Amino acid sequence: MSTVDIVVTGLGATTPLGGDVASTWEALLAGRSGVRRIDDDEHEWVDRHELPVKIAAPLAVAPTDVLPRVQARRLDRCEQVALVAAKEAWHHAGLGDPKENPQVDPLRLAVVIGTGIGGAVTLLSQDDLLETGGLRKVSPLTVPMLMPNGPAAWVGIEYGAQAGVHAPVSACASGAEALAWAARLLRAGEVDVVIAGGAEACITGITVAGFVQARTLSQRNDEPERASRPFDVDRDGFVLGEGAGVMILERAEHAAARGATVHGRLAGAGLSADAYHITGPEPEGVGQSRAIAAAVRNGGLEPTDVGHVNCHATSTVAGDVGETRAVRKALGDHVVLTAPKSALGHMVGAAGAVESIITLLSVKEGIIPATLNLENLDPGVELDVVAGEPRKVDLQAAVCDSFGFGGHNAAVAFTKV
Amino acid sequence: MADNKEILAGLAEIVDEVAGIDAAEVSADKSFVDDLDIDSLSMVEIAVQAEDKFGVKIPDDQLAELKTVGDAVDYIAKNQ
Repeated sequence: MSTVDIVVTGLGATTPLGGDVASTWEALLAGRSGVRRIDDDEHEWVDRHELPVKIAAPLAVAPTDVLPRVQARRLDRCEQVALVAAKEAWHHAGLGDPKENPQVDPLRLAVVIGTGIGGAVTLLSQDDLLETGGLRKVSPLTVPMLMPNGPAAWVGIEYGAQAGVHAPVSACASGAEALAWAARLLRAGEVDVVIAGGAEACITGITVAGFVQARTLSQRNDEPERASRPFDVDRDGFVLGEGAGVMILERAEHAAARGATVHGRLAGAGLSADAYHITGPEPEGVGQSRAIAAAVRNGGLEPTDVGHVNCHATSTVAGDVGETRAVRKALGDHVVLTAPKSALGHMVGAAGAVESIITLLSVKEGIIPATLNLENLDPGVELDVVAGEPRKVDLQAAVCDSFGFGGHNAAVAFTKV
Repeated sequence: MADNKEILAGLAEIVDEVAGIDAAEVSADKSFVDDLDIDSLSMVEIAVQAEDKFGVKIPDDQLAELKTVGDAVDYIAKNQ
């Protein structure tokens, strides 16, 4: 049970559905899909390598269209999206000009932004330059562009965060794990404000090929918008996406003192590990269940308080049903589920952060977006899944699940103000 | 062979591309670090692009001596 009350005062995102939080949320409620064919000039490697997967969920708005040109050229794409989301969140939180008049002491401001892969695009393109042009063609910015702490570091520099800059790396759980570590920093009394979230931009030949060889991607190339179908009996894998999500998390007293608008509370967060298999989830969901239960418990909540779980559910055969078992074990039969990856694809290290934003908005607005493409519920799923239309529900609390290769489990619980 | 005026204009183009500094700011008396706020990583990028544009070699020990835009123009003029 915590003594530090953590509130959410700012939100920022760039996703396959929109260049900011509002457009993403509106598209989700409208039931639009961000998945499309990618066998085009920009992704010429799809045809060149005859990849069996020709679909993905790329960003709706290119970060280079939003960031100043000189700033963008120094950043890998995953750093660009982190900065786009952080700028929206910082502005949304009303934290002021970071240089002239910041509304938080820089020594009490931290960043926790994770990524699953990091600067894959830079690593590949700079290796090509080394091979074709030799040493002098390699950019001096190569290392800061490819390092997985780059997104967090650039955001820290942009906003002058001097209490610490951290970058949890736990594959697809990175974004949610970042929120969990941010909560721990706040509860340890070390900081007043944390810029927290996740970023990913790794739609490249090698990542797609690697996921194909791991047998994890959907090959429903002829129906891109119907490819990501969590909990449906005909699901055949996830769709790779890209994006970033950032929350401004703040000590409640600090937010109140500066008159900030509060959008909800981060009540608790739970972390656990399966210690079972490097890619496959433990089939009974024991570790996942422990993370969910911990988020609820350390948030001072009872399982009956939680009306909704925003699932990790990626649309893989192995993962989706096991997660519902973990949810039932931790919370009971009353919770209502949804799976936003049906619309957003799987944004890897950004997923847990963007989906936490969606979870918070569901609690705040009292509406749960529908899971797309859920036509025939897998008989192994014994819980209620929102499908077809969004559902209006008055929620006291909701949990966002996020799990990653490596057996990383993260869950974050949000409540109303 | 480019004359000093052409070298200055070419350098200003590179500095704008790499660091986003308006060409009018890039005059011979300006220090790359103190006046134009260009960091060491960007200086390496500028040097590589200048080598390609003017057909010169700028070894690292020479690069460190090029404090002002004028220093760079003179070095390129002598070594192209």
